[in-house]
Amino acid sequence: MQLNREALTRAYRQMKLIREFEERLHEEIQTGEIAGFTHLYCGQEAVAVGVCEHLSERDKIVSTHRGHGHCLAKGCDVTGMMKEIWGSQEGLCNGKGGSMHIADIDKGMLGANGIVGAGAPIAVGAALSNKIDGPDADGKLAVSIAFSGDGACNQGTTFEAMNLAVVTKAPAIFVFENNHYSEHTGDAYAVGTAQDIASRAEAFGMKVWRADGTDFFSVFDTFGEVLEFVRTPGNGPAAVEFDTERFFGHFEGDPQRYRGEGELDRLRATRDCLRKFREKVTGAKLLTDEDLDAVDADALQAIEDAVKASRAAARPQPENVLENVYISY
Amino acid sequence: MAKMMYRDAIRGTIFQEMQRDPRVVVLGEDVVGGMGTAGGPEAIGGIWSTSTGFYEAFGPDRVIDTPISESAIMGAAGGLALAGKRPVAEIMFADFIGVCMDQLWNQIAKFRYMFGGKSVCPAVIRMPCGAGYNAAAQHSQMISQFVTSMPGLKVVMPATPADACGLLRQAIRDDDPVVFLEHKFLYAMTGDVPDDPDFVIPFGHARLARAGEDVTVVASGMMVGYAETAADDLAQDDIGCDVLDLRTTSPLDEEAILDSVEATGRLVIVDEAPPRCSLATDIAALVANKAFASLKAPIEMVTAPHTPVPFARELEGAYLPSPAKVAAAVRKTLAYR
Repeated sequence: MQLNREALTRAYRQMKLIREFEERLHEEIQTGEIAGFTHLYCGQEAVAVGVCEHLSERDKIVSTHRGHGHCLAKGCDVTGMMKEIWGSQEGLCNGKGGSMHIADIDKGMLGANGIVGAGAPIAVGAALSNKIDGPDADGKLAVSIAFSGDGACNQGTTFEAMNLAVVTKAPAIFVFENNHYSEHTGDAYAVGTAQDIASRAEAFGMKVWRADGTDFFSVFDTFGEVLEFVRTPGNGPAAVEFDTERFFGHFEGDPQRYRGEGELDRLRATRDCLRKFREKVTGAKLLTDEDLDAVDADALQAIEDAVKASRAAARPQPENVLENVYISY
Repeated sequence: MAKMMYRDAIRGTIFQEMQRDPRVVVLGEDVVGGMGTAGGPEAIGGIWSTSTGFYEAFGPDRVIDTPISESAIMGAAGGLALAGKRPVAEIMFADFIGVCMDQLWNQIAKFRYMFGGKSVCPAVIRMPCGAGYNAAAQHSQMISQFVTSMPGLKVVMPATPADACGLLRQAIRDDDPVVFLEHKFLYAMTGDVPDDPDFVIPFGHARLARAGEDVTVVASGMMVGYAETAADDLAQDDIGCDVLDLRTTSPLDEEAILDSVEATGRLVIVDEAPPRCSLATDIAALVANKAFASLKAPIEMVTAPHTPVPFARELEGAYLPSPAKVAAAVRKTLAYR
């Protein structure tokens, strides 16, 4: 699929924004200013952006504990997210949720999630709602997407969600991001179908795709086909597995002793989606290095501004603990 | 006696029991850590460092690293136990009980009763629990109220390294299923632990952590330390507290609670869980029912509010009980009339 300059620039900016968001958090967490558990999405940017660049606000996504990339790609406000991670009252969830529970329902972002495998059934429910709402004027359905990792693919909830989607013909898309580590365990040990996740979805009766998750164009083009299929009423769900990489640990503070010698350097050198994107678009003379450098500077500034705003943002008050449990009681 | 951390008391006790009894097996997510990676088995050794070295010592048949599959872990613990093994399963965060509730509640807890007393299910389910790390709503919860309410389960809440050792050894040797609630915030707590490899603490016997005549303070898990701190502060003002560490919430040492309340006439219950249908309300009901005449003041309960656990530091701090909140509750019971 040929993208114009504007679309290419936008996709690159989204990926770069996620990268800088995560790289900055990696630094900030070490200062002790940010509380709690944080799981960084660095390395997987092409998946979130390659998927979400196709979507509109009526399409829904459900994310994971490693959710910052999905949130940003789906249009969550970068400063609102940063403030949330800082635990501010001005954060997207008023400091109640933090990194693992960022959500913005109006943007179609139905929540990151602290429970591995919890997202897929929720995405199927949202897809059933899309089905009830029916196709738009162009005859296309809104879709709901479950992002899951190679860890979540081993949960019963994920299996049940896949079968439910198939038997109800829900317009759900199961996006499996195989970064080869479920927490500290390799997919060579934990994923029994010869490390192949898509084959599981296939066994549930779904049409499946596979693509290189470190190549934006591979993700974007493949997901375009998946989406075309699922948006068509009557087709039901589909699944896609993206082969990707995690550049940081399971959580910030993870000593990563399970990595091989030089593994992270090799991944950064050969499997970096931003580097690949730059090589491809400059090689094809679609954008210049100067164009991309300007985007880099812009993304970096957006993160700097978000961090500055988060430091200055209002803190929650003790009485806020009791708010939001119910609408009224 | 040896000085050690709570987490090392847990690790050492399981290790000794695995050496002593070949039926003892360990299973859970990343309990080996590094399986299927370049770093290899034991690259991590369990995220809580409570199973470090087990794989090397006992091998893959008895140290079972599982995929992220809590229902399968819980159910497999039940199956291992029905088939004659003594599994010690780890649910990495107690909150994940939500994923595997059926296997615990409808299966493991009920086997013996449903099967007419003809089976035993000696499974230990270790669940690191509790707040204090700003880990938010799905990684911080106290779940004592659920598991204590389930007939068929025994529930343990160790408050010190010595108790972690003696109660865990009892749990592993016990023929009933035991939910072992380790508080994540206590893992680094240091204390004396008896060297005796047969040191056990029987279930159903509370520990008198502080003795005093004015008010009874009942607590469990991390709340025991809060109650002790409050009692020590109050002692400066000549206020004496009986601090009872329940040790196990099922069975519950009703006699110790009632005896103390009959002597003091005042009761404060400290519970990290939200206030409805909880240990706090359970004990309040017990005392209202069986020691009503002894009470000189309304029972005070220091609990979390009826909310999920919030993320931000300020909010989690406001959510949790604290020594100051316990002391205020003690003073309130004393001020009554």
